[in-house]
Amino acid sequence: MAGVSEAMPGQFLLGKLDDVARWAQSSSVWPLTMGLACCAIEMMSVTNATYDIARFGSEVFRASPRQADLMIVSGRVAQKMGPIIKRLYDQMADPKWVISMGACASSGGVFDNYAIIQGVDTIVPVDVYVPGCPPTPDGLLYALNLIQQQIRQGGRGGILARA
Amino acid sequence: MQSFGGAVMALYRGFATTLQFAFQKKPTVQYPSVRKQHAPRFHGLHELRRYADGKERCIGCELCAIACPANAITVIGAENAPDDRRSPGERFAGRYEIDELRCIFCGLCEEACPTDAIVLTPRFEMADYRRGSFIYSKDRLLVPPDAGVGAPPDERPGGIPADLGWVTEQKSTVDIARGYDATYNGAKLKDEHKGLTLQ
Repeated sequence: MAGVSEAMPGQFLLGKLDDVARWAQSSSVWPLTMGLACCAIEMMSVTNATYDIARFGSEVFRASPRQADLMIVSGRVAQKMGPIIKRLYDQMADPKWVISMGACASSGGVFDNYAIIQGVDTIVPVDVYVPGCPPTPDGLLYALNLIQQQIRQGGRGGILARA
Repeated sequence: MQSFGGAVMALYRGFATTLQFAFQKKPTVQYPSVRKQHAPRFHGLHELRRYADGKERCIGCELCAIACPANAITVIGAENAPDDRRSPGERFAGRYEIDELRCIFCGLCEEACPTDAIVLTPRFEMADYRRGSFIYSKDRLLVPPDAGVGAPPDERPGGIPADLGWVTEQKSTVDIARGYDATYNGAKLKDEHKGLTLQ
C-alpha cells in the first residue's frame, strides 16, 4: 500500500485508508490457542482480569490456525514438536506474527541437550523475542505492544514481510 | 423439573453475583500506563554495580559464570593496570556478557557473587525484535558512576534477612487470615470460610 501512495503523491484518501487498515489490523491480533509448557500458564494468565489482554483486542484465542494472526510459542520446543509447530505456522493465513516467549523457545534456555530445539527461530520466523523463565504476563503484554507498534509503522508479518 | 419460582430465584442469584462485581474495585492493572508492583525479590534484568568511589565491584572471578545453570554468562578477566585501576582487586571484568535469552533469572549469579556486583533488578520489559540485541555486555549492564551503590540483594525490603532463623520460624505456621486480608475481596471470603483453620 505504501508503494501505491508513493507512486501517486497527493492521494490523501489512500494514505488515510492505509492508516485505518493498520489501526484495525494492530487492534485485532488474535493469538493461536497453543501452549507448549510452563510459559503457557503465564500466557493464559494475560487473559485474566488483572492483566486483561482484551484491552489490546487480543483476547480471542482462536482454536483454528486459519483464524489466528499471532503464534505465541510458549515453552520449550522438543524435536518431535518442531514439525507440528511448522505445520501450524504454515496453516495460518498471512499476515501472521510469531512471539517467541521465554528462554526455552527463544534459545533453548537451560535445556542445551539433544531433545530440545535451540531456538524456535530455526523453524519459524520470529518477530519478537521475550526473555524470562517464564516471562511475567506484563512482559508478554509488552511484546504484544511491540508487535502492534510494528504493524502501525507499516510492518507486515509472514510472507509479506519476506517479499 | 424445577418450579417457576425456583427458576426465577436461580436467575436472581446468578445475576446478583454478576452485579455485585460491577460495583467493586476493578482489579485490572492498566499496564502500559501503570506498572504492577511485583514481589520484592522479583528477578528481572541484571545490572553490574559499583562502589561509592565509582570503582567496579566485579573482580572478574567468574564465579557467576560457573554458578549459572544455563551457561548464559561469559566473563573474561583482565589485570588492573597500576595507573588505571578499574576495581579494588587485582583483576576486573575485561568482558562481561550475559545472554538474556538463555538466562532463566534464577538469581544464582547474584548469590555466587562475592562482591555483590551482579544484581537482578525488578525490570521486566526486555522483549525486542532482534535476537542479537539480547547479548548484554558491560556497556548496558554496568550502572553509570553517579547511579550510587544501591541496596545489597539480601537487604531489600521484604527480602530474606541475613540469618535464616526468622524464615524457618515463619515457615512452620501459615497465617490463613493474613492471606485473606492480602487478597482482593478477602474480607468476604474470610467470613464465608469462618471456622476453617490451618495449623
